[in-house]
Amino acid sequence: MAETAAPARVSGGSPAGRLGLCLLLLAGLAVLSCAIGVTQVSPLALFDDPRAAQLLLVSRIPRTLAVILTGATMAVAGVIMQLLVRNRFVEPGTTGTNEAAMLGLLGATLLAPAWPIFAKMLCAAVAALLGTLVFLALARRIPPQRPLLVPLVGLVYGGILAACASFVAFQADLLQYLAIWMSGEFSGVLSGRYELLWLAGVLAVLAYLVADQFTIAGLGEVASRSLGLRYRQVLGFGVVVVSLVSALVIVTVGVLPFVGLVVPNLVSRIMGDNLRESLPVVAATGAGLLLICDMLGRVLRAPYEIPAGTVFGLFGAALFLIMLLRRGAHG
Amino acid sequence: MVDLSFSWIDRRLLLLAGLLMGAAVGFVGWGLPWSEGAPSRYILGLRMTKLAGLLCVGAAVGLATVLFQTLSQNRILTPSIMGFDALFLLTQSVLVAVFGLAGMVQLSGFAGFALDTAVMMAAALLLFTSLLRRTRGDIQLLILVGVVIAVLLRTLAGFLQRLMDPSAFAVVQGRMFAQFGSIDRTALLAALVVILPVALWLLRRSALLDVVALGRDQARSLGVRYDRLHLQLLCVIAALVSVSTALVGPLAFLGLLVTSLAHSLMQSHRHALLLPASALIAALVLVAGQILFERLLDLQSSLAIVIEFCGGLLFIVLLLKGKLR
Repeated sequence: MAETAAPARVSGGSPAGRLGLCLLLLAGLAVLSCAIGVTQVSPLALFDDPRAAQLLLVSRIPRTLAVILTGATMAVAGVIMQLLVRNRFVEPGTTGTNEAAMLGLLGATLLAPAWPIFAKMLCAAVAALLGTLVFLALARRIPPQRPLLVPLVGLVYGGILAACASFVAFQADLLQYLAIWMSGEFSGVLSGRYELLWLAGVLAVLAYLVADQFTIAGLGEVASRSLGLRYRQVLGFGVVVVSLVSALVIVTVGVLPFVGLVVPNLVSRIMGDNLRESLPVVAATGAGLLLICDMLGRVLRAPYEIPAGTVFGLFGAALFLIMLLRRGAHG
Repeated sequence: MVDLSFSWIDRRLLLLAGLLMGAAVGFVGWGLPWSEGAPSRYILGLRMTKLAGLLCVGAAVGLATVLFQTLSQNRILTPSIMGFDALFLLTQSVLVAVFGLAGMVQLSGFAGFALDTAVMMAAALLLFTSLLRRTRGDIQLLILVGVVIAVLLRTLAGFLQRLMDPSAFAVVQGRMFAQFGSIDRTALLAALVVILPVALWLLRRSALLDVVALGRDQARSLGVRYDRLHLQLLCVIAALVSVSTALVGPLAFLGLLVTSLAHSLMQSHRHALLLPASALIAALVLVAGQILFERLLDLQSSLAIVIEFCGGLLFIVLLLKGKLR
């Protein structure tokens, strides 16, 4: 199928063996994802039943693409965030970025309900940017020898922003609206309702183009400056990418916890931190894992659905705990 | 005579109790239709129930947080930050999933509450004794693991709730958010049955708790049967948290807010002062806050959110000030 070539474009194809394997697996998962659903579609029916083809084009393929794009870009955003903060336990979900984006979206919905979705998304992105900058300022004040404080401060900071959002939403009777954003799921994805995610894909590709600079920035400000890196600009670009990706994903599918946290950690254990090599694998792994979670959510309780965010939250949190406790045992 | 009989009670505690009495009277009396003769018994009954609920929750949260901080030897930990609340929600969901809705209805009232609490105590003991052992000495790791466990438990509960049928879900959902508006009377009774003996038990052991706060090795060398007491205290905390969560739902940062107020007011490490002070302050914060939000600002049930906000800010300030030791 032609559409399975799409992930290769998103993650930026590099002919490394690992990447090839990842993409092959991802393609298989994507085909499977297109085949699963309430209505059974046999491959033969595609040729003589126009409704089957339509189902595929309007619902299944867009959904699969949306999952792939989301998983890949969230994982990439997680890597970038981890390098910028120089902390393994950080992702947009543990830095208040998601909650800030939500606040921005809420503000836009309240103050200018008539604005097009693109303008609202821009508000969310600006808010996410501000929220991330505040977090970076907080993170700077944490002594580097206490790395576990960083995600902790981030989680509580996110909680504070979320409390603000709930307060506003409660007064405006928008709590339900908020709850929909809080749980990332793909059941609402149809052709025409997910295309903003391609923008996130473009951002991930842009990030790949400057991957080497992110790798150097991960060495820290002093070291990277002495290597001739324009540290501030790289940092700024990274924050913009992370905020935009988070805002785009929240506007289209909602909050997906742990994708950006777990995937980069898994990949860096195997491949190290050279982003030029590992970023495509990170993207492919993120996409693959999220696809698996989405499919599980669809199969477990068919014909009903469990949100992919819930399934991933479960496995992601468990994996994260194992990572934390292992680390605790060694050091 | 009053002076003599109360001389052993700290004046600041008396002041707190007085303020709480005032707030309680204000809470019940404010805005009653006095002009129409005696206010209706219906309104009075509602308000008294609500007041009793707030007092119980305040006492439970205050006591549980002081105990938890004593056990963990850390001034910024609270049971909720470590995921006790989430554990309660998960317990609820599991019980509903296991017994079904019909079973839960049969189990409602005191028996259901006792079962909830027992299951929760067992789970808390299992989870937190192993956790405290595995992360011994590394407080940052402990907190982070606790926070993630809270996320995990909450997601797991959400996952179970997704699998339930809508009517069962409605039962669980009613307990998911901190709500001061509707307090169940059987739960209130159960709460009183738990809190009063526990509070007495704790006050009688306040000197012992002062020793426990020195840490395991010190306490043991001073002749305290530390490990046994440790288990008992974890049970007490689990019971208190399930009381407050069953009454109004999860309140992550109230405990933190209250204990740091209690510490700065009492300037002491003595549990005989800290325990009652925290309980009183927590109740005062809840009652006064409820008056402020419900009567003055006319904002319904947003008190929990504001407490979360202020408590979260305080937590970050304490973290950055390096109070984490």
